[in-house]
Amino acid sequence: MIENTRVGVYICHCGSNIAGVVDVAEVAKWAAGLPHVATSQDYKFMCSSLGQELIEKDIKEHGVNRVVVASCSPHLHEPTFRNACARAGLNPYLFEMANIREQDSWVTADKAEATKKAKALVAAAVSRVAHQEALNSLFVPIDPNVLVVGGGVTGIQAALEVANSGHKVYLVEREPSLGGHMAQFDKTFPTLDCSACILTPKMFDAGNHKNIQLLTWSEVEKVDGYIGNFTVTIRKRARYVDESKCNGCGVCQEKCPKKVVDEVFEAGLGYRKAIYTPFPQAVPKFPVLDRENCNFFQKGICKVCQKVCPTGAIDYEQPDTLMTVKVGNIILATGYDLFDARRIPQYGFGRLPNVFTSLEFERMTNAAGPTGGKVVLRDGVTQPKSVAIIHCVGSRDRNYHNYCSAICCMQSLKFAHLVGEKTGADVYQCYIDIRTPAKAYDEFYQRIINEGVHFVRGKVAEVTDAARGPEEAGKTIVQVEDTLIGKQRRIPVDMVVLSAGLQARADAKEVGKKFGISCSADAWFIEKHPKLDPVATMTDGVFVAGACQGPKDIPASVAQGAAAAARVLSIIGQGQIEIEAATAIVDETSCVGCKECIASCPYTAIEFLEDLQKAHVIEALCKGCGTCVGTCLSKSIRLRHFTDEQLVAEMIGAMQTMKSFETVEVQ
Amino acid sequence: MMYEPKIIGFLCNWCSYRGADTAGMARLKYPPNVKIVRVPCSGRISPELVLRTFREGADGVMVLGCHIGDCHYATGNHRTAKRMPVLRNLLAYSGIDPERLYINWVSAAEGEKFATVIQQFTEKIRALPPFAEVIHE
Repeated sequence: MIENTRVGVYICHCGSNIAGVVDVAEVAKWAAGLPHVATSQDYKFMCSSLGQELIEKDIKEHGVNRVVVASCSPHLHEPTFRNACARAGLNPYLFEMANIREQDSWVTADKAEATKKAKALVAAAVSRVAHQEALNSLFVPIDPNVLVVGGGVTGIQAALEVANSGHKVYLVEREPSLGGHMAQFDKTFPTLDCSACILTPKMFDAGNHKNIQLLTWSEVEKVDGYIGNFTVTIRKRARYVDESKCNGCGVCQEKCPKKVVDEVFEAGLGYRKAIYTPFPQAVPKFPVLDRENCNFFQKGICKVCQKVCPTGAIDYEQPDTLMTVKVGNIILATGYDLFDARRIPQYGFGRLPNVFTSLEFERMTNAAGPTGGKVVLRDGVTQPKSVAIIHCVGSRDRNYHNYCSAICCMQSLKFAHLVGEKTGADVYQCYIDIRTPAKAYDEFYQRIINEGVHFVRGKVAEVTDAARGPEEAGKTIVQVEDTLIGKQRRIPVDMVVLSAGLQARADAKEVGKKFGISCSADAWFIEKHPKLDPVATMTDGVFVAGACQGPKDIPASVAQGAAAAARVLSIIGQGQIEIEAATAIVDETSCVGCKECIASCPYTAIEFLEDLQKAHVIEALCKGCGTCVGTCLSKSIRLRHFTDEQLVAEMIGAMQTMKSFETVEVQ
Repeated sequence: MMYEPKIIGFLCNWCSYRGADTAGMARLKYPPNVKIVRVPCSGRISPELVLRTFREGADGVMVLGCHIGDCHYATGNHRTAKRMPVLRNLLAYSGIDPERLYINWVSAAEGEKFATVIQQFTEKIRALPPFAEVIHE
């Protein structure tokens, strides 16, 4: 603690968020009596420019040399106030925050109790700040290369934005081609643009950009390092096709004798060969050999593809390759999985032949799809005369996902239009609510209403083939309560389309762990701030974009892809970046050389100095977790900014305040 | 005697502290007895820090960290998982009810779990006599 400590305390009202519950004037008055406090004030919005100027003025003109702001979570505004201190010439590490909003006013029912808790939290921060030390930030250079994971429309957009600015991008895609879900669609709402027509040019650009190294049929295996300096290991799975020789002529696919149901791109509705590109416009044009279904790999005979290949590109010996790349920033655009409609057995998907999922319907209406764009029943020939489209399958349902999948209403309306256009069938929309909030969406809804589609408001109870009368014979019957007329209805139709919701990728948690970011309860990646920092994450240098962060339509996904690229470019433009100065340091006078800390460090950031028989922290590798401090038996390691003195002072500040309330109550 | 337990919660910055923020954003209500001290990682919490907190008169101490496998620092909380049960044994050996030291994992998304954990631990401690009385017996 320096002599002449002068703490400035600022209690934020946050409009009525805090002041509506906590008596902020009382807390400010009370805090003025705490040790070392030179000034204590309350103000409506501390994060506003006027609020920040208040702090800056007190530092410059009134000799305040420690600052405590009691307001929201430090995860929201710690950087704001640290910057205010720095602008006024005060080291930002001499600032401390008391969280009296998220952890007090918003969670405490009783106003008097909330005021007491605010006092304890302010006293803890004041007590702590007096022990804080000025620290100098470390700056690390930013590697300008960028990794983009996921080659759907979001990842393509992000990669193109970065690449167009002149920086190198590694674009990693798990499937054989770029394109993602959007490549499977026929039309896009609300404009009914042809999906392929707007996507394939972008795929081509990404695949042929001089700054983009495309790695399809590849996955990220390992990520090390930190912002500016990531080392990423990528597994490029064997294609069994030599990309340097293949000219993408497609003869191998044509001649391959093995037909396989395409569960991925064709959603199980069509076939592909054992050597294939998922669709004709695939980028890259090189096919992939599916080892599990290949006659040669499974039975040792065939080799037709090798025989017919005009360039000798088929290589059955090709191994997986591991490549290591250095990047400064990472954008995750890993997308979503479709909710598995089999999980709702009463809707009959997989059991009743003419119940289809939304993705199956997309493939069916796609002119390049398995039916050549014809809407037909499972028999492949009969046109339906009536179609029911069921909304919210797996979404807005406490048994599956509570959230709204955001795209299904519009998708279902689009389906209704396409069914009408292609078959003239009667269409029933069974919905809970229609949600069409974006630009030109509600106009599309009005258009579909005017096209004569029947809207039935109610959650479907069951889809069955058990007919109760001659009019239901041979039909698929939708049992639904029409809540607008207050009646149970049985709607016999030829075809049912389940508008399945979106859900996080099955391996999202695993991927999150790999990149050091967390997932919500529904396994969507968590952004740094839901409103103000929607594409950053708590791990600096790792960004998220598109549907991996939550259900999104194409415009929102594209916007996020570009946003993530802009965030990355702004970091690259700075050339270097400040990293936390809160690293550990060993006191060599008391270190006994037991090496326990070395064993505990998750980053191998502690080395053993053989000549001195002491431990030593390599500052550039230390990330400041403090596990070594918790482990050290001789109390010889300090974690800067989280020292024992500082944490004990904080604890004592809170404890003493709580104890002082007891004394008052006893009297 | 009814009394208000004084509890200190040491929470890791990345998961549990954010879990507490998540509870706040959802406006979940829980008792005000727990005062949170933020640490970078639950692995930072040394046994001495916990003991010092009891010595200061805390009726209970909570240590909350990321779920195993979710640690922002990869394996920092592995140490917590090993260290804290040992410390509980040490408390029991010293005649201090080990239930006064609570360890659990709360992720950034688990606002509801955070509120529940705080509620339950506060009630549990309230059922025990004040720590100051136990120590001065």
